[in-house]
Amino acid sequence: MEKMEQNLEKSDPEVPAKPTKKWYQRAWLWWTLGVISFLVALNLTLGFTIGWDKTKIPWDFLSDQVLGMKWLNSLLGLLITTIGGSFPTDSWQYRIESSVQFFVYDFIKIGILLCVLIFFVSYVQSFFPPERTKKILGKFHGIGANILGALLGTVTPFCSCSSIPIFIGFTRAGLSSGVTFSFLISSPLVDLGSLMLLVGFFGWPIAIAYVAVGLLIAVIGGTIIEKTHLGDAVKDFVKAGPSAIDIDAPTLRQKDRLIYARDQMWGTYKKVFWYIVIGVALGAVIHNVIPAEWVENVLGGNTWYGVLVATVAGVPMYADIFGTLPVAEALYTKGAGLGTVLAFMMSVTALSLPSLIMLSKAVKPKLLTIFIGVVVFGIIAIGYLFNAFGYLFI
Amino acid sequence: MKIQALGCGCKRSTTNYEAVVAAAKELGIPDEVEFYKDPDGIMAMGIMSTPALVIDNKIYSMGRVLNVEQAKELLLLAQKGTGCSCGK
Repeated sequence: MEKMEQNLEKSDPEVPAKPTKKWYQRAWLWWTLGVISFLVALNLTLGFTIGWDKTKIPWDFLSDQVLGMKWLNSLLGLLITTIGGSFPTDSWQYRIESSVQFFVYDFIKIGILLCVLIFFVSYVQSFFPPERTKKILGKFHGIGANILGALLGTVTPFCSCSSIPIFIGFTRAGLSSGVTFSFLISSPLVDLGSLMLLVGFFGWPIAIAYVAVGLLIAVIGGTIIEKTHLGDAVKDFVKAGPSAIDIDAPTLRQKDRLIYARDQMWGTYKKVFWYIVIGVALGAVIHNVIPAEWVENVLGGNTWYGVLVATVAGVPMYADIFGTLPVAEALYTKGAGLGTVLAFMMSVTALSLPSLIMLSKAVKPKLLTIFIGVVVFGIIAIGYLFNAFGYLFI
Repeated sequence: MKIQALGCGCKRSTTNYEAVVAAAKELGIPDEVEFYKDPDGIMAMGIMSTPALVIDNKIYSMGRVLNVEQAKELLLLAQKGTGCSCGK
């Protein structure tokens, strides 16, 4: 308590109250919006001038140049060969140059996309706090509720530390275990930000297929857990406490949503910065140092064990989708199967040690095992399906 | 006024609590701000996303970290809302 008061003394010098400004008079707001719209404008202009290809339809322009920033790659390539000189493609100098190019390109691309996307996505998310999601879900039953749970999982702000209160809140409110688990599975797996990033890295068809399939796993997984009545295997205290009442979320004003979006953007950036650095560095190494034959032999679409290896390797790993994407992209361009790459990304993002530990505090080991089993099985099945039918999307 | 800053005790909710305390002090509100950490109690209020600010059992914010300015606005709002019940 004493410590707290000391802090207060520091943070609260005796200054006369400033006149309160209107929300649109704040400097930071204009800075944030300014930087974001500058990035968007720069991207559009350079995309149009450097990367414009008349033969491509607008959707491809959006995915390749705006979200994928291919123009940046061409520009960097030009810059690097001007400085370092150009070499034949099989020389070691070429490999180093293209590794550097991959690193700088992916690092800038992910950084910019992350800031812009998280800002907009958080703004949308501020309309769907968990309390409101719970209220909406309480009105639906059956498979419709599962689908809605999976869909809302994509727009409700969520992290492993808030999974317990959400889980308990949903259960006490009498939502079925299927709906709760559909929500819990889809939430880390699919979200608006990662959808846009996937478009930039892999193009529209694969991104949409990823989302559709992620939602499918969530709905099917939730349904299985509900139908087998395994969802009742929660620890006693989860059901014992007072039932959460429905409340109206306090209405946020425009200004509050913008502050929230800015804080989310900055918080996320700080949180995942090192994941991105490590992910991009790994991607750069895979991209140019590891021989394509290795990747193809272990993770190629033709081997029967590729998907298994990728999934099992991904489960204990805990990284954000932002850190995973450059690795996945590098593996994919090196000849790993599409299904294998998607399975790897899904298992890294959907199942992580921290969130499993949190969840194990609220559910009995049996249910936790089933939860992991259903998700892993779903991911593996999807990996094989995409390896077999992936050519339809490319 | 009964001012409660809700949270699990993590960094985010502590920042929120400190902002509310600072705001109350700036506004000259004598009531003590309670750092409410009981998860069952929080759940009973229907709140699932902390940090949150509850004044006189009414929810004024949740799921976001308030800064001092925002906390002041909400405290003023709460003061207006309860201003007519001149019990205190």
